[in-house]
Amino acid sequence: MPASTCTIVVEPRTDGRFRATCHLLPDAECVADTEAEARAALERALEFHLRQRALADDNGNLNPIDALFLRLRREGRKAFMPFIAAGDPDLPGTTLLVRELVAAGASLIEIGFPYSDPIADGPVIQASYTRALAHKLKLDDIFGWAESVREPLQGVPLVGMVSYSLVHRRGATAFLDRARQVGFAGLIVPDLPIDEAESLSALTAERGLKLIHLVTPTTPPERAARIARLSTGFLYCVSITGITGERDRLPEQVLEQLQRLRSQTDLPLCVGFGVGKPEHVRMLRDHVDGVIVGSALVRKLEQAGKKPIEGIARDVGELARSLVTALNVPVEV
Amino acid sequence: MTAAVTTVPDARGRFGPYGGRFVPETLMHALDQLTLAYAAAQEAPEFQKQLDYYLRQYVGRPTPLYFAERLTAHAGGARIFLKREDLNHTGAHKINNCIGQALLAKRMGKPRVIAETGAGQHGVATATAAALFGFSCQVYMGEEDVRRQKLNVFKMRQLGTEVVSVKSGSRTLRDAINEAMRDWMATVEHTHYIIGSVVGPHPFPMMVRDFQSVIGREARQQCLDQTGRLPDVVLACVGGGSNSAGAFYPFVGDASVELVGVEAGGRGPQPGQHASTLSHGQPGVLHGSYSYVLQDADGQTADVHSISAGLDYPGVGPEHSHWKDSGRVRYTHVGDAEALEGFKLCCKLEGIIPALETSHAVVEALRIAGKRAKQDVVVVCFSGRGDKDCFEAARLLGEEIGE
Repeated sequence: MPASTCTIVVEPRTDGRFRATCHLLPDAECVADTEAEARAALERALEFHLRQRALADDNGNLNPIDALFLRLRREGRKAFMPFIAAGDPDLPGTTLLVRELVAAGASLIEIGFPYSDPIADGPVIQASYTRALAHKLKLDDIFGWAESVREPLQGVPLVGMVSYSLVHRRGATAFLDRARQVGFAGLIVPDLPIDEAESLSALTAERGLKLIHLVTPTTPPERAARIARLSTGFLYCVSITGITGERDRLPEQVLEQLQRLRSQTDLPLCVGFGVGKPEHVRMLRDHVDGVIVGSALVRKLEQAGKKPIEGIARDVGELARSLVTALNVPVEV
Repeated sequence: MTAAVTTVPDARGRFGPYGGRFVPETLMHALDQLTLAYAAAQEAPEFQKQLDYYLRQYVGRPTPLYFAERLTAHAGGARIFLKREDLNHTGAHKINNCIGQALLAKRMGKPRVIAETGAGQHGVATATAAALFGFSCQVYMGEEDVRRQKLNVFKMRQLGTEVVSVKSGSRTLRDAINEAMRDWMATVEHTHYIIGSVVGPHPFPMMVRDFQSVIGREARQQCLDQTGRLPDVVLACVGGGSNSAGAFYPFVGDASVELVGVEAGGRGPQPGQHASTLSHGQPGVLHGSYSYVLQDADGQTADVHSISAGLDYPGVGPEHSHWKDSGRVRYTHVGDAEALEGFKLCCKLEGIIPALETSHAVVEALRIAGKRAKQDVVVVCFSGRGDKDCFEAARLLGEEIGE
């Protein structure tokens, strides 16, 4: 049912602003300066809710990513989404890092599938992939590992970040079947733009997996709207024109971009590329549903070999905790 | 000849199933803009006029189609003709594409160009075009290649280009392309990426093929003028596949002309010992397009080897994959040792020092010519001269010529 066919009630408040409600979504209310804005905001919330409901399987089970954002939105909280590469320094080390990240409050964990030619990645993640591949890490090792971390994950969803080369070589169907079987909730395929993703979109949807697309600062608005319609789970908003990696500061335009995207979709917006400091997170948190942090965490692994993995995991956990705090605890004034 | 082979790529940049755009979203808008700018340039008479002007006055085109009498006698069969791309300014076919793309960058108002290079031929050609048109220029080159190709590094620097040594991954051409793509992702608003071969995302494979097609167009007309007929066979070496695409494309519709691509056979057919992508690879994704790739069972790009740095590449242009599957072009390979013999033979019999890449094609041409009738015509795309390879050839031939 399209959101526009249900009854939205918009009423003026004593403070001159407007409040929109709807009987279909009793615990939601949207307050805005104008009647139209309040209505639009509630329409988006409804559309989102209905889409989630439509996506639930016959037993009413939601994909874990959808369930996560429904819950966070209800609680008014934001998602912390760390990225690490599988197998750097080795798979038991990756398990240790997963435990640490879960303990630090990760909402979702992105697992990079090491690839020999990752053109979207900066030097830190590329080096991490190179280290993992130097140990002859195989695709089946990663799948086997994912199966083994169900308990340490404690229900935190796992998303795979994987180059299309690997998906295609295994065969999309076989890859997705195995990914779902071992517990991945969705995939990001950073070198598969929407124009090439038609078949993979259908195959992921059939399996209840999410295929998360990226929007970048160079994406024209009409195209961004198309990407938002095709993305499932959340929309990955790239904050900078360039590759992954830490930045001192994020460009101010990222907020404009988020504002525009917010008006185009109700899909959760999560920002990544260049996010690695508490001040980045504070800048973004009121405008997003989540932040994705990769290079800043992965950089800690450069110490592997010189320092025991337990120590590295503690460093990773410490940075993660500071980012989680920045994301969800109000600044005291 | 089926129409399907002559009217590619389609609007999405597909040559049959191959090609397309497997790149991060950040580049999609730039690729759309480039496609539009290129289409507009093709329609613009002043662009074509400028291109013709620089190719004639600066590059030195048309290059001769030279009847190689002594190689012909040596083979003892068909007449062998060499399309002398080695006589171009900068010594190889690479400049044809660089002039075209540089003029396009100028049209698009981009003040900076970047490129990748393996042995350094494309880097030198790009640095040359950048100097000619006043662009700032950075060329990415694997650390290994920087060490092995000091002469070309020096040339590029003298031409005002900054050579960036790439220390990631395998530190060769493959990583230089990755690094150039990464640069482009961050600088796409004011930078044009002059890719050096018929590889990468659409529209690059089409555009580079078109700019290199001057080779085949000239050769076709010259062959008609000089022999009164079309060639029976056209051969070229294939790394990424730009000189071969340029040589073959104008002949694709001539059903009587046999087209032969020669890949690097290296030391043998074992994985890691060769760069025969079309003979030993599988369809996959590398550097933004879907094409044959040398890769392992997981889809990780394989290591490659060739005596010739310009053929030492684990991928190949998507149109070649299409030509292979459709049967329009036959692909074969020539090993390191044979190529070195071809190098020596060409020097001794014709007084022409060929690039090691080119030597691969010469070897196969001799084989083919030997089996054909005397009136037959075999055209070899003589893609480049061998100056750059002298140190390597000397080393392999056991001579000291100190660097």
